[in-house]
Amino acid sequence: MFKNLGLVAAIVFFGASLSYGQSTILNVTYDPTREFYKDYNKAFQGHWKKTSGQTIQIRQSHGGSGKQGRSIVDGLEADVATLALGYDIDALYDQARLIPQNWQKRLPNNSSPYTSTIVFVVRKGNPKHIRDWDDLVKPGIAVITPNPKTSGGARWNYLAAWGYALKKWKSEAKAKDFVKALYKNVPVLDSGARGSTTSFAERKLGDVLVAWENEAYLMINELGPDKYEIVVPSISILAEPPVTVVDKNVDKHNTRKVSEAYLSYLYSKEGQELAVKHYFRPQDKQIAAKYSAKFRPVKLFKIESLFGGWQKAQKTHFSDNGVFDQIYAK
Amino acid sequence: MSSLSISRIKTESRFVQWVLIGVALLYLFLLLFLPIILILVSALKKGFPMYVQALQDPETWVAIKLSLFVAVVAVPLNVIFGLFAAWAITKYSFRGKSLLLALIDLPLSVSPVISGMIFVLLFGANGFLGEFLAAHGIRVIFAVPGIILATVFVTFPYVAREVIPVMKAQGKDEEEAAMTLGANGFQIFTKVTLPNIKWGLFYGVILCNARALGEFGAVSVVSGHIRGVTTTLPLHVEILYNEYAFAAAFSVASLFIGLALFTLLLKHIVGFRLKREGLK
Amino acid sequence: MQNKSRRRTILPGFGLSLGYTMMYLGLVVIVPLSMLFFKTSSMGFSAFWEATTAPRALASYRLSFGVAFLSALINAFFGFIVAWVLVRYEFPFKKIINVLIDLPFALPTAVAGIALATLYSPSGWVGQFFDKLDIQSAYSPLGIVIALTFIGLPFVVRTVQPVLESIESEIEEAAASLGANRWQTFRAVLFPVLFPSLLTGFTLAFSRALGEYGSVVFISGNMPFKTEIPPLLIMTKLEQYDYSGAAAIAIVMLLTSLLLLLTINLLNRHVSRRVNDELA
Repeated sequence: MFKNLGLVAAIVFFGASLSYGQSTILNVTYDPTREFYKDYNKAFQGHWKKTSGQTIQIRQSHGGSGKQGRSIVDGLEADVATLALGYDIDALYDQARLIPQNWQKRLPNNSSPYTSTIVFVVRKGNPKHIRDWDDLVKPGIAVITPNPKTSGGARWNYLAAWGYALKKWKSEAKAKDFVKALYKNVPVLDSGARGSTTSFAERKLGDVLVAWENEAYLMINELGPDKYEIVVPSISILAEPPVTVVDKNVDKHNTRKVSEAYLSYLYSKEGQELAVKHYFRPQDKQIAAKYSAKFRPVKLFKIESLFGGWQKAQKTHFSDNGVFDQIYAK
Repeated sequence: MSSLSISRIKTESRFVQWVLIGVALLYLFLLLFLPIILILVSALKKGFPMYVQALQDPETWVAIKLSLFVAVVAVPLNVIFGLFAAWAITKYSFRGKSLLLALIDLPLSVSPVISGMIFVLLFGANGFLGEFLAAHGIRVIFAVPGIILATVFVTFPYVAREVIPVMKAQGKDEEEAAMTLGANGFQIFTKVTLPNIKWGLFYGVILCNARALGEFGAVSVVSGHIRGVTTTLPLHVEILYNEYAFAAAFSVASLFIGLALFTLLLKHIVGFRLKREGLK
Repeated sequence: MQNKSRRRTILPGFGLSLGYTMMYLGLVVIVPLSMLFFKTSSMGFSAFWEATTAPRALASYRLSFGVAFLSALINAFFGFIVAWVLVRYEFPFKKIINVLIDLPFALPTAVAGIALATLYSPSGWVGQFFDKLDIQSAYSPLGIVIALTFIGLPFVVRTVQPVLESIESEIEEAAASLGANRWQTFRAVLFPVLFPSLLTGFTLAFSRALGEYGSVVFISGNMPFKTEIPPLLIMTKLEQYDYSGAAAIAIVMLLTSLLLLLTINLLNRHVSRRVNDELA
């Protein structure tokens, strides 16, 4: 028994030694931001050293957006949360009161320092002639998109398709038919966005991958510019991945100042340049103008205007027995 | 002549032998060897220097150290339990033994998603003990203790499962004889029982250790995925794979194949030692 | 009754070993698992019923039990042959093959899933042949069976192997001298002795397959009603912060597994008792 006690003591000690001191913050974020935050953390460390003289260590945690949000609610002590959609950050208030209800008003642009949109990736030469959303529901086209029930990115894909149909036919029923037809063409529902990308690229499944714009560019750069090309649809959704300081944790860790600086630096010229480098669309007007050639123009609609915000969209479309379930119901 | 006929009746004809070997190898080839080959080929796709580089990455080393630490804590706990449980189950008869056996097996059939979730429900911020732990500043979930707990849960049955049949087959006559000769419980166990069950125990430790190092699902739920802090080796493989570093991911994954080969070596050394002791 | 049976042996340590077993089992397995019941206790019966008997949930149970059973059956058949040839015959690379058998335990399930999905997808090394035959291997129930067979591969081999090794040649020689041919000897003498271990291996492979998640999500395709397994439903419930709904499905899986394990353990005891009687 004493042997066990010794072990327990060792575990506790080991666990305690991993707790972070004041000079460390934890950024809990989602999958497609890995490369961006790797660069950004370096830049911020330099910036913080220069402005405050302190050395700051930044730890990263990546995973599916929903799972990451849930981990924070369950006690993962994130100082900042930078997730894929507002709904996952809303949960930090709804489920655990870790942040105030009006968190999204605290930073400019709905607390989204960078945006993205949903585009298509097709195989080189576009053999199936996919130009717009209508082409995705044609018979014989296989569409790769992850499962909206488990992936945040997949929800943007779904809502983009729905929004297109709604704008075109001005009818909810028609939109539902359209989305239903689209998912009929989906052979595999991966549990996360990166899973879909590998299904499309590594396993050569499907004719078209529906993906975040930044993921699409990253994938092409990493896996072969000679193999894929990007198709931008006529209209798509404005994806706003929001960021917030997790108040309860920064107050506990005494890291509020540096955490807030970490987020506001995202809006600076340097932060915006880095975002552009990783194919996120910048919020800064000047930077946007400078790189207008990099991002192809596309008509964008907001989730607030068509769906009344994430809370409502989630409830109507993705909850149990919601519209997405109805599409698959027998 | 007579020795030939005896060997004939004790084994099958050459033809049957080769058919059976062929079936076994085909089955193993399709399900086991091909995935191994695929992992090795993918690991070396970008050349051997890249392979070495992937293994030298500091984050890989942090992951290796964490995984080893977790196994070093989890495996002995389950060994102690396995020995006690096997002793109780094989040396005595009591009511509810079948239920006890079924409960010991239960963690095998519990989905990793659930095995992670129960610890979150127990130790998470909104969990059963969440407030108590927070008040005392103890971190279980999203830290090393949580990873160890989940690993102990997942690898719980292996030692007991391996030791029980061996101990059962061996019976209790030898122990009872030792008892009548005046040996105490501890002496009986170390001098009589342990030598008899050593191979079962050895296999149990190997399986338990392998699973402890390789567990992914449950650990993924409780780890929090903090890079370089709570990423075990399997989680590190996932991170690399998700970063499109496929070759690096498979390089790290190939470590697990190395582990199996290392086990072979270990078994040989142990076997050799035991044989030499026996000769003396 | 209980006291009488316990008095059958004079060995010490019943209280200690059973006590420690129960305590450890309670702390590591029972208390964490009881969280599931604690979590569902707040939801009321109708909500529980609704969550666990939704058509989609029912379809996922059917799928899970079906594929787990099938893969355990495949493993029982081929695993038996593998154990047989490993113990009885000589062939090249036998030692290294013997070691690699344990690999599915050590390999993180996610790596296994990725490797198998790569192999069996329509463009993979094996999948292309299935594709030519118009059989969908990955992203279909067949793909799940492949993954589960891989995961459960070591169980049958490793439970049958030691028993097969310990069978003494006298029994076979006796049978042969009584005029039995090889097949008759196998059926009447060897198989009954091996059957309990085969059943144990089958049970373990089956229970492990029931809970498997990591490798399945990569190869199943996760299509509702077709290739969606219960752990995935649990994940989708968690995604909506529906902890009690998730726990409800977990409980259904848990109790069914427990019931199955219990039944098979009882059956196994019954069979091995009959075998012992016959041999005696």
